Amino acid sequence: MKALLIAEYRQGKLLESTYELLAFAERLGAEKAFFFIGAEAEAPHFDGKVYFAEAAKYGEYNPDLHKRLVLEAVQKESPDYIVFLHSSYGWDLAPRLAAALKIAQVSEIVGITADGFEVPACNAKMRRLLKPVTAQAVLTIQSGAFSYQGEPGGTPSLVPVELADSASRIEFIGYEAAEKKEVDLARAEVIVSAGRGVGKKENVEIVAALARALGGELGATRPVVDAGWADHSRQVGSSGQTVAPKLYVACGISGSIQHIAGMKKSDFIVAINKDKDAPIGEVANVLVVADLLQFIPALLARLSK
Amino acid sequence: MKILVCIKQVPDMESRFRVNSAGTWYEEQDLAFRLNEYDEYAIEQAVRVKEGLGGAADITVLSIGPDRAVEAIKKGLAMGGDRGVHIKADQPHQMDAWQIASLIAAFARDKNFDLIFTGLQSQDRGSGQVGGMVAELLGFACVTTVVGFELNGAVAAIRREMEGGLRGVVRLALPLVVTCQLGLNTPRYPTLPNIMKAKQKELLTFQAADFPVGDSLVQTEKMYPPEKKGRGLVLEGDVNELADKLAAILKEKAPALR
Ligand SMILES: Cc1cc2nc3c(=O)[nH]c(=O)nc-3n(C[C@H](O)[C@H](O)[C@H](O)COP(=O)(O)OP(=O)(O)OC[C@H]3O[C@@H](n4cnc5c(N)ncnc54)[C@H](O)[C@@H]3O)c2cc1C
Repeated sequence: MKALLIAEYRQGKLLESTYELLAFAERLGAEKAFFFIGAEAEAPHFDGKVYFAEAAKYGEYNPDLHKRLVLEAVQKESPDYIVFLHSSYGWDLAPRLAAALKIAQVSEIVGITADGFEVPACNAKMRRLLKPVTAQAVLTIQSGAFSYQGEPGGTPSLVPVELADSASRIEFIGYEAAEKKEVDLARAEVIVSAGRGVGKKENVEIVAALARALGGELGATRPVVDAGWADHSRQVGSSGQTVAPKLYVACGISGSIQHIAGMKKSDFIVAINKDKDAPIGEVANVLVVADLLQFIPALLARLSK
Repeated sequence: MKILVCIKQVPDMESRFRVNSAGTWYEEQDLAFRLNEYDEYAIEQAVRVKEGLGGAADITVLSIGPDRAVEAIKKGLAMGGDRGVHIKADQPHQMDAWQIASLIAAFARDKNFDLIFTGLQSQDRGSGQVGGMVAELLGFACVTTVVGFELNGAVAAIRREMEGGLRGVVRLALPLVVTCQLGLNTPRYPTLPNIMKAKQKELLTFQAADFPVGDSLVQTEKMYPPEKKGRGLVLEGDVNELADKLAAILKEKAPALR
C-alpha cells in the first residue's frame, strides 16, 4: 500500500503539521512519499522520495496549478492514497483532485479501523465509518488527530515535477495577518468564554461578569465574534487564538472541533451547557447541565460571598 | 450575471441524535430541520452581488433532498433568490459527495452560470467536498473558505481564511465556484413581505433520477456516537445546588479566589 502525502508550505516555510501526515501513514502501514511545493531547503525531513516543485514558479497558493502538479506526481507514483490535511489547503485541492481522478474522497479522518476510516459528523456529536469503493482514494486527516512523535529526520530524495504550461486563472495578491487588539488571551490564567448559547449580545455581559469574578478574561466562540458580540481578539479556536489557561469555563459552547482545538490544553475545563450530550463534555473536567442564564447569576451570588 | 446557490437542509445541531435502523445515518423522524448555517452566507453573498449590480443578476437557489428541502429553498427565495430548483431525493444521505456534485453539475452544465456559491461544508456531514467537485466537473475555478468577496466587472477579489487567522487575497476571473465560510457577511432575516413574495416565485422540481450520475465512490459502513472516553464529572439537578457545587470547585481552581 502506498501513500502520497501532500506537504503544506506557507510564507516561505514548511508547516509543522505536514508531519502529521507521516504519523497517519505510519498508522496505516503504508509506504510513503511526499509531494511538496516550496523551496528546496524547506523540504520535509524524510528518508524517501519527495516529489518537488518550486513555489517560486508555481506559487504558494494556486489551486489550479497545484492540482495539476499533484496529478503529475500521482501519475508517477500510483499511490493507493493521496493524503492531505483537513485544512484550508486540503479543502481547496482534495475534492478537485478526487473529482478529476473520479476516485473516492474521505474527509477529516480521526481514526483508522479494519472496516474503514472514522470521521466526525453532526458537529462532532456522531461518527461515521467510511470505506472508499475505488482502488485509489483521496483522504484528508483532521489536524491534531494523528500526532507525530519525536524529531523528524532524514534526507529527502527530490523528484522534480513540472508543468509544460503554467498559465493560471488565479492571481495571488498576498497575505493579510489577523488583526490583534483588545486582549492577549494567551497571557490569561483564567478564561471564561461565551458561546452562541448566550442567545443575544446583552447576555455576553453575564459571562463577562463571571470572568471578572474569577479574575479572568472573556473569551468567545466564532459565531459570537462573527455576530459582533465580542472582539475578534477574544476568539478561541483554530481560526482564533490557542490558549492553555489554568481554568477555562465554556458557557453555552457546543464544543466543535475547531473550538476545542484552541482550548483543549487548558489545565481545568468547566462547561456550562443545557445539552448533556454537547461534545464539550468530552474535554470538560466538569460539565454543569443547566441554563446559563439561570445558573451563572446563582453562581455569581455564591462567588461574591 | 447568472448565479447559482447550492444549499442543504440539516438538523438542528442541538438535537439528540439516534442512529437509524440501517445503522448508517441518523433517525430523521423527530428532528427539526433548518438551513445549513454556512449556506446562509452563500445566499446572502449572492443577493449582495445582485444588489451591487443594481439588480442585473438572476439567482437560482438549488437544493437536493426530500420534500422538506423546499422550506430551505423558500428561505433562500425570501432572502432574495429569484427561482428555486428542488431536485427531489428522499434519501440524499445515501448519495456520496461525488454523486451530489455530479447532480448539481448535470443541472448546471448548460445553464451558463457565472458564479456558484455553496457553503464551505454541511453541518451534518461536514465533508467540504461538494463545491470543489462541482467546480472540477464544470471546469470552473474554485476558491474555498471565503471570508471576503468583491466583484469588479468579471473579476472577483476574494479573501480566504487560512489557519491561525491568516488570510490570503486572490483575484480571478469568472466563472467561479466560491465556498462560503462563517462570517463572510451578515445574513439577512427574511422580512414578512419577502416571505410572502417568495411564495409567488418560480419553483422547478426535478427527480434525482432525471440526472443519471453513476455509482457512489464511498460506502458508509455505519454511524455511531463517539466513544465516551475520560469523561469528567457531570453535574445535574437543581440550579442552586449546582451553583453550590461549582462554587466550591472554582474556589479551588481559580487563583483569584484562593
Ligand atoms: C475552518 C473553520 C474554522 C473555525 N474556527 C473556529 C474558531 O476559531 N473558534 C470557534 O469557536 N469556532 C470556529 N469555527 C466554527 C465551529 O465549527 C462552530 O460553528 C462554533 O465553534 C460553534 O460555536 P458555539 O459553540 O458558540 O455555538 P453552537 O455550536 O451553536 O453551540 C451553542 C451551545 O449552547 C448551548 N446552549 C444554548 N442555549 C443555552 C443556555 N441557555 N444555557 C446553556 N447552554 C445553552 C447549546 O446546547 C449548544 O451546545 C470554525 C469553523 C470552521 C469551518
